[in-house]
Amino acid sequence: MSVTEVNQTTAERKLARHKNSQKIKDRIITIFIGIFAIAWLFPIAWTFYSSLRPYKEIRAGGVLSFPKELNLDNYVNAISRMELPTYFTNTVLITLPAVFLILLLGSLMAFVVTRYSFKANVALLLLFTAGNLLPPQLVFIPVFKMYLALGDLVGDRRFLYDSPLGVILIHVAFQMGFATFVLSSYMKTIPKEISESALVDGASVFTHYFRVMLPLLRPPLASLGVLMTTWIYNDFFWALVLMSTDSKRPITSALGRLQGEFVTDYNLLAAGAMIAAIPTLVVFFVLRKQFVSGLTLGATKG
Amino acid sequence: MSSTTAVKASKAGPKKPNRRRTFSSKDRLTLGFFIGIPTFLHVALVWFPAVATIYLSFTYWTGIHIGDIQWAGLANYENIFFNTPVFWDALRVNVIWLVWFGVIATPLGILLAYQIDREIRGSKFYQAAYYLPVVLSLAVIGIIWNFLLRPDGFVNGLMGLEISEAISFFGDDRYNIWVILTMASWRHIGYIMLLYLAGLKAVDATLREAASIDGATEWQTFRKVVFPAMAPVNIIVIVITIIESLRAFDMIYIIYGSSGGLPILGVLVFQNIAGEGASMKGAAYAVILFLLSIVPIITYLRQQFKEDMK
Repeated sequence: MSVTEVNQTTAERKLARHKNSQKIKDRIITIFIGIFAIAWLFPIAWTFYSSLRPYKEIRAGGVLSFPKELNLDNYVNAISRMELPTYFTNTVLITLPAVFLILLLGSLMAFVVTRYSFKANVALLLLFTAGNLLPPQLVFIPVFKMYLALGDLVGDRRFLYDSPLGVILIHVAFQMGFATFVLSSYMKTIPKEISESALVDGASVFTHYFRVMLPLLRPPLASLGVLMTTWIYNDFFWALVLMSTDSKRPITSALGRLQGEFVTDYNLLAAGAMIAAIPTLVVFFVLRKQFVSGLTLGATKG
Repeated sequence: MSSTTAVKASKAGPKKPNRRRTFSSKDRLTLGFFIGIPTFLHVALVWFPAVATIYLSFTYWTGIHIGDIQWAGLANYENIFFNTPVFWDALRVNVIWLVWFGVIATPLGILLAYQIDREIRGSKFYQAAYYLPVVLSLAVIGIIWNFLLRPDGFVNGLMGLEISEAISFFGDDRYNIWVILTMASWRHIGYIMLLYLAGLKAVDATLREAASIDGATEWQTFRKVVFPAMAPVNIIVIVITIIESLRAFDMIYIIYGSSGGLPILGVLVFQNIAGEGASMKGAAYAVILFLLSIVPIITYLRQQFKEDMK
């Protein structure tokens, strides 16, 4: 009895001492993490601050000069001079159809591989998942040639090359792999009984998918939709190599040219970059939960 | 693989006899479309071109008529390995990138996740701060950092340097790699933190408490208890680290254009596959890039398909 008591008190004392030193360590760590967090935000904060100042003020007094003027002039100018509305329209024309198709086709694929037992199920899933991991550069040359050849075939060279359709298709082909993988691992967690009762009721494959499975897929589809929108919105490579007319490019790819053209008025460019970041900032502030769960749905299945 | 499916089916068979039913012709057609359209699109635009590029990397081709394709054997690769010194420069940069990410950026992301997961004061704010760059495009990140580092930018201003004597952070070989790596880490650390944080949420908190009551230090707890429990996430983090280091392109391109101010494989491939410099040497470059990332790809697939393969 007394022995256990003694043991208990030494254990408690040990624990208390342990907790105490831990507290001090925690405080130091917290301070470090805090300082870094502020440093982390600084580049964006500085860009935002710069976007509110006219460039001539900086030329006159240097970057660190006290601001005399802070206004949204750069934003107004950026929108008109950089033709941002055009680029945003292009972005929407590519991103929305691409995300819709990725979710539709990816969920169809995942639905068949997880709900019906064919011999090729695992092989198909593997094919899609692996395809998603190939470097885009590896597929570019033939895709480019195929787009041109198909364009000649239908009598319009710009049917796929230099057209939103071509960029949409390549995004769908690639990202469908990720969507299929993520959705299939989600669908594996949905009890088979749900499907079975639908089949017993004599539901067709079509009804089984649209009426039974699709409503259950809402949460992963929302997460995946947010993640895919962000990825495609942020894509730089495909619209750069598959489009030759700059005015057709989406905003992210257009930034490359804008950076060169407005190098002399950097504060205008800052405003342009901030505007280009708005949709992703919406994801950050409003759709954070979906974005993070989309990212981790695929990653932490194991 | 087919035997696996058969085993599964026979297990399920006696319990649920109505699962293996015959499909009506309409259902068969629906299923055909459901699988057929995605598979066709994926194979036609990903796998077929990938295989075609591998073939083309062994040829000479101007890219105009299919009939002009000439077998070149290993000539494109020999050209790259022996006659293109910039390839080795680029490879060196990619290796530095990989080491930096592997030794500094990724462990920092993990450390952050581990500390933030312990719900220190203000963890919500910290998490948000580190996560912010993850949503931004690399193009925007390039512009934002250029702002700080250009000759008339913040850093040179802070050091009191006039434009004429300003440090050219992107042009000077002494600084450019490190500056670019800092920029890339700004995003990568947050990305790894997010992934790891999600994994940590799944690790049983009592495990940690037990370790701490047993008198384990924080470091011991992490190394002996948490890290092993995170095995699946660790693999994904490693794979992402390698793949991102090898494929870096957007940010470099935004800063240097296609001029190759800092040689890196992603830009080298781009110079040789798109635009006027296009040749099948570009295909060979793309294949090299693919071969370098094949180990992480296979590791990832093995990890994800472990159960299916059994």
